[in-house]
Amino acid sequence: MYDIIVVGGGHAGCEAAIIAAKFKKKVCLITSNINNIADLPCNPSIGGSAKGVVVREVDALGGVIGKIADQSQIQMKKLNIKKGPAVQAYRAQIDKDLYQKNMLKELKKHSNITLVEGMAEDLIIENAQIKGIKTEQEEYCARAVILTTGTYLKADILIGNTRKRSGPGSEKPSLYLSDNLAKLGFDIIRLKTGTPPRVDKNTVNFAVTDEEKGADACLNFSNFKQNEYDLNKQVSCYLTYTNPQTHEIIRNNINKSSMYGGLQDIASVGPRYCPSIEDKIMRFYDKERHQLFLEPVSLKSPKVYIQGLSTSFPIEIQEQIVHSIKGLEKCRIITYAYAIEYDAINPQQLKQNLETKLIKNLFMAGQINGTSGYEEAAGQGIMAGINACLNLDKKKAFVLKRNEAYIGVLIDDLVTKGVIDPYRLLTSRAEYRLLLRNDNADQRLSHYGEKYGLLCKKEIEIFKQKLKKLKKWEQKLKETYISPNIENNEYLQKLNSTKLKDRISLYDLLKRSEIKLEALQKWLKIDAEIEIKEKLEVQVKYEGYIKKAEKDAQKMLKLEKIKIPEGIDYYKIQNLANEAKQKLSEIKPTTLGQANRISGVNPSDIAILSVYIKGKRNGK
Amino acid sequence: MEKTIAGVATALGIGAISIIRVSGEEAINIVNKIFIGENLKKAASHTIHYGFIVEGEKRVDEVLVSIMRAPRTYTKEDVVEINCHGGIIATNKTLEILLANGCELAEPGEFTKRAFLNGRIDLIEAEGVMNLINSQTELNRAAAFNQLQGSVSARIEKNRKKITDLIAHIAVNIDYPEYEDIEEVTVDKIKKNVRKIKKDLLEVYQASKNGKLIQEGINTVIIGSPNVGKSSLLNVLIEENKAIVTDIAGTTRDLVEGKLNLDGVILNLIDTAGIRKTKDKIEKIGVQKSLELIKKAELILLVLDNNKKLDNDELKIIEKVKDKNHIIVINKIDLKSQIDKKQLANANVVEISTFEQEKVTKLKEKIKEMFNLEKIQQKDLTYLTSARSIALLQKTIAILEEIESSVANNQPVDVLEIDLKRVWHELGLITGKTYEEEIIEQLFANFCLGK
Repeated sequence: MYDIIVVGGGHAGCEAAIIAAKFKKKVCLITSNINNIADLPCNPSIGGSAKGVVVREVDALGGVIGKIADQSQIQMKKLNIKKGPAVQAYRAQIDKDLYQKNMLKELKKHSNITLVEGMAEDLIIENAQIKGIKTEQEEYCARAVILTTGTYLKADILIGNTRKRSGPGSEKPSLYLSDNLAKLGFDIIRLKTGTPPRVDKNTVNFAVTDEEKGADACLNFSNFKQNEYDLNKQVSCYLTYTNPQTHEIIRNNINKSSMYGGLQDIASVGPRYCPSIEDKIMRFYDKERHQLFLEPVSLKSPKVYIQGLSTSFPIEIQEQIVHSIKGLEKCRIITYAYAIEYDAINPQQLKQNLETKLIKNLFMAGQINGTSGYEEAAGQGIMAGINACLNLDKKKAFVLKRNEAYIGVLIDDLVTKGVIDPYRLLTSRAEYRLLLRNDNADQRLSHYGEKYGLLCKKEIEIFKQKLKKLKKWEQKLKETYISPNIENNEYLQKLNSTKLKDRISLYDLLKRSEIKLEALQKWLKIDAEIEIKEKLEVQVKYEGYIKKAEKDAQKMLKLEKIKIPEGIDYYKIQNLANEAKQKLSEIKPTTLGQANRISGVNPSDIAILSVYIKGKRNGK
Repeated sequence: MEKTIAGVATALGIGAISIIRVSGEEAINIVNKIFIGENLKKAASHTIHYGFIVEGEKRVDEVLVSIMRAPRTYTKEDVVEINCHGGIIATNKTLEILLANGCELAEPGEFTKRAFLNGRIDLIEAEGVMNLINSQTELNRAAAFNQLQGSVSARIEKNRKKITDLIAHIAVNIDYPEYEDIEEVTVDKIKKNVRKIKKDLLEVYQASKNGKLIQEGINTVIIGSPNVGKSSLLNVLIEENKAIVTDIAGTTRDLVEGKLNLDGVILNLIDTAGIRKTKDKIEKIGVQKSLELIKKAELILLVLDNNKKLDNDELKIIEKVKDKNHIIVINKIDLKSQIDKKQLANANVVEISTFEQEKVTKLKEKIKEMFNLEKIQQKDLTYLTSARSIALLQKTIAILEEIESSVANNQPVDVLEIDLKRVWHELGLITGKTYEEEIIEQLFANFCLGK
């Protein structure tokens, strides 16, 4: 008998299992192939815009994706450096083999995690409460179950006119679990994604492509562990392009693509943000070329991933396409591109804590909830793990708000709005982007990690030290005044800044957009780590905007605090619009704020609902 | 702390008195700032006070102010209700002043929402209010539908679309930083767009204000030297409008003395009594008095005598009216012309004879032309004359100005985008279309992205 069974060993499953272990729970992680734990079946990179911030958020809560990525990266980059602080993020090229090895090592560190190889095919349920799972051979009992099945439910690999039941990269799929979920009343949706071909790096002519290097300073996802690494050993990516010849091959053969007639029975929806190369060519007819990034899969493997060339053409057309590209003329394809169809559940059937509304103590995280991406999966995995433990301990659910974390935005979007295509986090999905920065993930979330005992003493100490230093330097900037003498004004003029008329604190001077923190060293030697300086600079420079965002967020929170009691019959509420009745009954929002975000529910419906709740509370 | 909100609590345009309700912690402080009378901060709860709403030195309206301190109020917050007596224009003006002094414009139903949130209303009491909210919403829906077909709102929508495109484009730059084949939105591009959008919205704003004038009337004065024919002009205008002239006696609308409806254009005549008085006096135009009137007026009809040369006072007045909506009415054109028309260059001149009806028609045409009234479609007016949407438009323009100053301060694109989103949001409130998913859909429709 386990406390918690985690089904699936991907990015959601690993976070869920490890965080549950930190809660001192007896955990069983069931996966179809232990050697394929924490696979990166698509791009060999972690992070990116918004996603990179999620990695730091998971880390701040006590998760592992950040640390493992830091240990396994072969190139680190900071994105959007020319833009403002709210949109900067890290991305790492990952050595896939190393990542999987390091994650397995991490799992094995926890003696209360049992790794089991098997394929979950059914659930054991009593009185609408989860009791365990069944694999093909055996039954496993637990007080809570977290399903993180990724793209394995009834997965079909599509190449040209062929459809084959298989998980990604010829792994075994789960054949019956989604049907069994449907029998329990779950609404099943079918989604699709795809992956490009991998080619042999020894057959690529990199000389004719553009090199893309990593950052020239050490970067780390982890908020607590700053790895120094050898910048000279950073591996490069390479940029090449499609060309008119590529486009002609695609147009001439378009009917052979699974999605354009190769297969007649496509019922799934693919991701809008990640179109196949044939989609790009057909939809953007005028574009003369499309970028393709060549990314190393690992140091040991010869495989190079061609980002931008996802497709479901038959292999002979793939050969033609690849060979039409500059630098790839003579290359050998090691694995072919494919599209993959899989079952997921409609995430509107989940509560904010990722527990299913239908079955108590059954949680879901990752692609089964209609998302895409390793980072999105990890973010849900840690939240499902924490909440499963809190349920077992009979404690209040842990829900992150939209102004606290991208993870909060992600989960709220899923359970409130549902998905049409695989959901990817974007900065534009966050209303309070300026609050959800890369630099302040620890300031936003580490107190939760501390509260639930998910950070070790050392980590808490590191975090507290950072806050202390930040405060100290903020104070110093406020206390240090400079006067409008000739020397200072000449210095400022050199920096294209206006002259001083009165004395000014360095704090206020830093608010000028053209004055960087480094420029203040003339007056005050700021002897702090880069991380502290970064936080300090953003905090001071964008104070006005941050305050504005905080004010807006407070407005939203007001509605968020008003709970909607369970079991409301919306059809009995007079004056509610019919669409609102239907949507509210389906989604069962827990707060007035959440109700307000459901599309089709109008402000007037919210007013009526709020009056109704108030009446209920008073027992009328 | 909750924002202090203000809104017109009575239906606009109906009834002689309109009530502005202000609710929130700062309600009494804010109203006290713009009120001349006793110190409201010291006023006991549930008392009424007489005084004036002022903007700077200028008295805007004569009002009765009710002070109700929390918690025994409609919203359970401090509430001030201002009984405005000066008609719709003065009410809107008072609302504008409140907003300028720190109030936020109340959303529809927001007072009721607060009343509920603060535990003031129970279900049975609320049922009545709920019906009201509902009917308001229906009206809003109808209005939104109406305005979508109108040209002014189509323009707002067009500008909002431009902002949507810009935001989506910036979003792509942020979310797909390495897609170099997608053109980067530069600060310069934002600057150009913002300038264009602001210009267009300012025009809409101006047109809306004019639209408001049609519905609420144009404050009009007739000035001129004695014996030039002011009262004849007035009489001719009144003659045409016998049934419509109303004498609103016994109210505090000291400005408006009668309304004339010229083919749907309402002129609120101001200080017609003055015309009668000047009849008794001799010679001079009364420069001082005229200047005061000019300040109050939205339209000035300056009457001159075709049969006389311009005197110095008249020349001064001609100079003064140039910056305002004005028409120089040259009367008595049936008599010999003595007036030097060169001195009236660049002015809006209409020649009439108060003895000939058709000549007066020319004056009416001129007025309509001046306020662009032909161009503004009636169906738009219903929407853009609401104080709420005009205030939203004003707020939008203010945010655009903030963006311009942020551009001047070299803020990065993604910081500018935060304010662009606010503009988008406000415009969406005007057209009833605020819908976040739109931007994300746009992002995928127009750009080629992906792995």
